[in-house]
Amino acid sequence: MTDTKPGGRAAGKTASGHLDRRAAVKALLDSQGDDLLIVAGLAGAKGDVLAALGDDPRIFGFGGAMGAATSMGLGLALAQPDKRVLVVTGDGELLMNVGTLATVGVANPANLGIVCVDNEHYGETGFQRSHTGLGTDLATMAQGAGIGAVRTVREESELAEAGEMLRQSNGSAFVLLKVEVDEPPKIRFSWDAAFHKNRFRQALLGQP
Amino acid sequence: MSADMTEEWPEEIYGLLREAGIDQFAFVPDAGHDHLIKRSIADPDVHAIALTTEEEGVGLLAGAHLGGSRGVLLMQSSGVGNCINLLSLIRAGRFPFLTLISMRGDFGEGNPWQMPMGQSTQPVLEACDVMCMRIDEPADVSRTISAAITMAFQSELPIAVLLGQKLLGAKKFS
Repeated sequence: MTDTKPGGRAAGKTASGHLDRRAAVKALLDSQGDDLLIVAGLAGAKGDVLAALGDDPRIFGFGGAMGAATSMGLGLALAQPDKRVLVVTGDGELLMNVGTLATVGVANPANLGIVCVDNEHYGETGFQRSHTGLGTDLATMAQGAGIGAVRTVREESELAEAGEMLRQSNGSAFVLLKVEVDEPPKIRFSWDAAFHKNRFRQALLGQP
Repeated sequence: MSADMTEEWPEEIYGLLREAGIDQFAFVPDAGHDHLIKRSIADPDVHAIALTTEEEGVGLLAGAHLGGSRGVLLMQSSGVGNCINLLSLIRAGRFPFLTLISMRGDFGEGNPWQMPMGQSTQPVLEACDVMCMRIDEPADVSRTISAAITMAFQSELPIAVLLGQKLLGAKKFS
């Protein structure tokens, strides 16, 4: 499955963004401090989180159930108001359940941040162009959904301010990372969701 | 088809859910769950989360458990169809899961559009490994809800309680 050619299956595909996805996600995560809980959406987004933090118990990563990362992050944020919860997801997954932005906008927990890694393509299925490469702007949708703190990041120099907003916002926050189309090498992660759930709870709550 | 508010069972359900420590109530507006929805919105000690589609409730409840909280998803039988793929999160992760389902397409239904999903609600849930417990009589409410809570949160199983139209009353169409 791993393609070691430069760009992998993404070779030759184009997007409006030019951030390096791995570097951009790492910069945002590194800016958030240690009390962070992470829900990582399936496929590319999960790879970005694992590349940045390693196989950390406070990451719950999806292998399927596409569309659930943001709602899961909301439930977690409401359950753990004293921790920072970050959902890292892709444009394809967010588009699948984009109404969840409205649910977040209404519930609006201050400890919830959503980072959407937008490469304008469905990487996992072979890099077909997504709606965000054809005119849909997820940051505008997040704003329209009622999320008060929204940033689109196109340049590395904008990452620090976006990280600051994620950490300091007094309501839920949303960051759209416009990244280049790339297929970095895959990172092995157990498919056992029950293992990840139990490990996460053990680390957070002291019991599985 | 809102439940007759002279009945005590809707408040009994709310009391049992709160006694069990459930503090995330996820719902899509629904007449059958009207009392529970209003009670949760008015209760300062719980999160009442209005969803745009029922499947968000599946993710929300899994997230609640990840963070050490308990939640319940209140939906109509038609919403079950919206949840199917996300129930794979519950099964793959062996998450506890409790949903209360107000039935349509059931006893005395007057809208044929409700029949396909109403009649397939239980088989579809069971195909997804969600155990179904049905209530048709007010006298069965308390013990069934209590049993469902124990099975969901102590045995950590996915449980659906189906509130039948014999219990709720069928929606009136003039």
